[in-house]
Amino acid sequence: MSILIDKNTKVICQGFTGSQGTFHSEQAIEYGTKMVGGVTPGKGGQVHLDLPVFNTVQQAFDETGADASVIYVPAAFCKDSILEAANSGIKLIVCITEGIPTLDMLVAKESCDQLGVQLIGPNCPGVITPGECKIGIMPGHIHLPGKVGIVSRSGTLTYEAVKQTTDHGFGQSSCVGIGGDPIPGSNFIDILALFEADAQTEAIVMIGEIGGTAEEEAAAYIKANVSKPVVAYIAGVTAPAGKRMGHAGAIISGGKGTADEKFAALQDAGVKTVRSLAEIGSGLSEITGW
Amino acid sequence: MNLHEYQAKQLFAEYGLPVSAGIAVDTASDAAAAVKKIGGSKWVVKAQVHAGGRGKAGGVKLVDSPEEAEAFAEKWLGKKMVTYQTDAGGQPVSKILVETCTDIAQELYLGAVVDRSSRRVVFMASVEGGVEIEKVAVETPEKILRATIDPLTGAQPYQARDLAFRLGLKGVQIKQFTNLFLGLAKLFHDKDLALLEINPLVITDEGNLHCLDGKINIDSNAMYRQPELLEMHDPSQDDEREAQAAKWELNYVALDGNIGCMVNGAGLAMGTMDIVQLHGGSPANFLDVGGGATKERVTEAFKIILSDENVAAVLVNIFGGIVRCDLIAEGVVGAVNEVGVQVPVVVRLEGNNAELGREVLVKSGLNIIAATSLSDAAEKVVTAAGGAQ
Repeated sequence: MSILIDKNTKVICQGFTGSQGTFHSEQAIEYGTKMVGGVTPGKGGQVHLDLPVFNTVQQAFDETGADASVIYVPAAFCKDSILEAANSGIKLIVCITEGIPTLDMLVAKESCDQLGVQLIGPNCPGVITPGECKIGIMPGHIHLPGKVGIVSRSGTLTYEAVKQTTDHGFGQSSCVGIGGDPIPGSNFIDILALFEADAQTEAIVMIGEIGGTAEEEAAAYIKANVSKPVVAYIAGVTAPAGKRMGHAGAIISGGKGTADEKFAALQDAGVKTVRSLAEIGSGLSEITGW
Repeated sequence: MNLHEYQAKQLFAEYGLPVSAGIAVDTASDAAAAVKKIGGSKWVVKAQVHAGGRGKAGGVKLVDSPEEAEAFAEKWLGKKMVTYQTDAGGQPVSKILVETCTDIAQELYLGAVVDRSSRRVVFMASVEGGVEIEKVAVETPEKILRATIDPLTGAQPYQARDLAFRLGLKGVQIKQFTNLFLGLAKLFHDKDLALLEINPLVITDEGNLHCLDGKINIDSNAMYRQPELLEMHDPSQDDEREAQAAKWELNYVALDGNIGCMVNGAGLAMGTMDIVQLHGGSPANFLDVGGGATKERVTEAFKIILSDENVAAVLVNIFGGIVRCDLIAEGVVGAVNEVGVQVPVVVRLEGNNAELGREVLVKSGLNIIAATSLSDAAEKVVTAAGGAQ
């Protein structure tokens, strides 16, 4: 077991023949991901990386029965690409691209919700189930099949957590980068629910950042719904408050969003919090007895 | 990207929303001329900076004569204004907005922002306008009225009426508020705004709604499709080093410590600053070199970090995901050579080809300290910078 993806997941790539799509599809195939094709409008009928290229996601879905699509198209076209995939019948979309306008994401996210499509990202490293399926830009070689579920807002911080759980020999069930954008397709709660229900996952690592209230909401969810041990790290204790404009941001967050408030909320939920990024692995040992 | 008040009001006017007649000027004599051109007997002069809290900082004044307006402009132009929303250095004033004076019967608050929790644009309104609005939000959140915009259908008139009646508006004000609300919602959508605020929105002595201030922040991811707004950008409001970093697609924020940090990824950069502080050190900056840390960008990053004379040591922390650490190590060696770095540099490389990368550093013969882990790196750089504080 794992979450979201496994060795049977059939994956297509949007932006397949572009430089990013090509490079990361090659890496995914090398890792063992079941890539079944790709989409580049106007290049339908061609063969790329020994796989069929389609003009539309609908054609790709109809021909290959893909379960998931990974998006590497430029930011300006991502709303269109997400909506195209969401309306094709594909149930999992992983959008790697960074820099998508927020108002585009409001529409894309709402549409995915209405269609019952799970969107991961954007601006994220992707999803990996070690040894089985890699969708995204994370380095496959640092992962180890195992029992820790990792969910994170930050790409490189995810890699740190992966490395530590690999070095300790715990390994990972699945790792999900939900991305650092204001409007992520999936949030901590969506992924925590999946890890809680997954038999392979025995403990969870959650990595947050300052800003927004996603960590506080996750803390409340963990308190009520998660029975597995959770280790959390929040980046940005030393980040400066910085210049601001106006009051609206402060009003909407109601004073929440600092690293200290997030740590406090997580501790109150029974989560083991670590103040040093280097202590994620040892924190897991401590609460699980591994 | 932020706009100045006078620019926000230009946009409001384009959308048919009620703003005062005003002229933005950049010399003291033009301020006097603007007063004469606008006419009347009372005016407001407002220093233009990208921050709130201007009134309390003396940046807004009621004047009775062209001479008074000229004196105000003389006092502020070319100076920096410090408010509770700026950093200690303040923001430079290069424009003054001269406006007709508005008689105020009541002050309201109206703002809109992309709310991460509900994943909607949310409008917020309150009868408790003015500078204490954040206190209201914390102490009496029920006094902040909200309208949530469905991203698929957009703002609707009934939402405006609902807010208007709850604000206690009457008669023609209901219609005025509906126009204002729908106009602002359209502006928010058309111009890819991230934040919009009118504080205060006032009811005049005649009972009309009027936008007395305007703050606008535009989604930086959307600037590619907002060329007109890009032209309104005022680079004088940006931090110089941050702007230089942005040219190289580096994300840099100056801090007041003495340990320069160069990291790939924003999250890891924050995590690195945190661990430096946990070991008793004090970070001099936040710097994310991004995913493609090439030699050129590493070199530029070193130049920016070292332009801060407080920097006593530099920590380079790279987790090579797809990129190879040996290439990054060569970049660091090249940059240290080219820039002529005088302070100790601690490098922690992890991930792809990390061993090879460490060898490159050792063989270079430069004053580069290779660290074996994140904690080790933090300890070494704190020692190199003169020990824990």
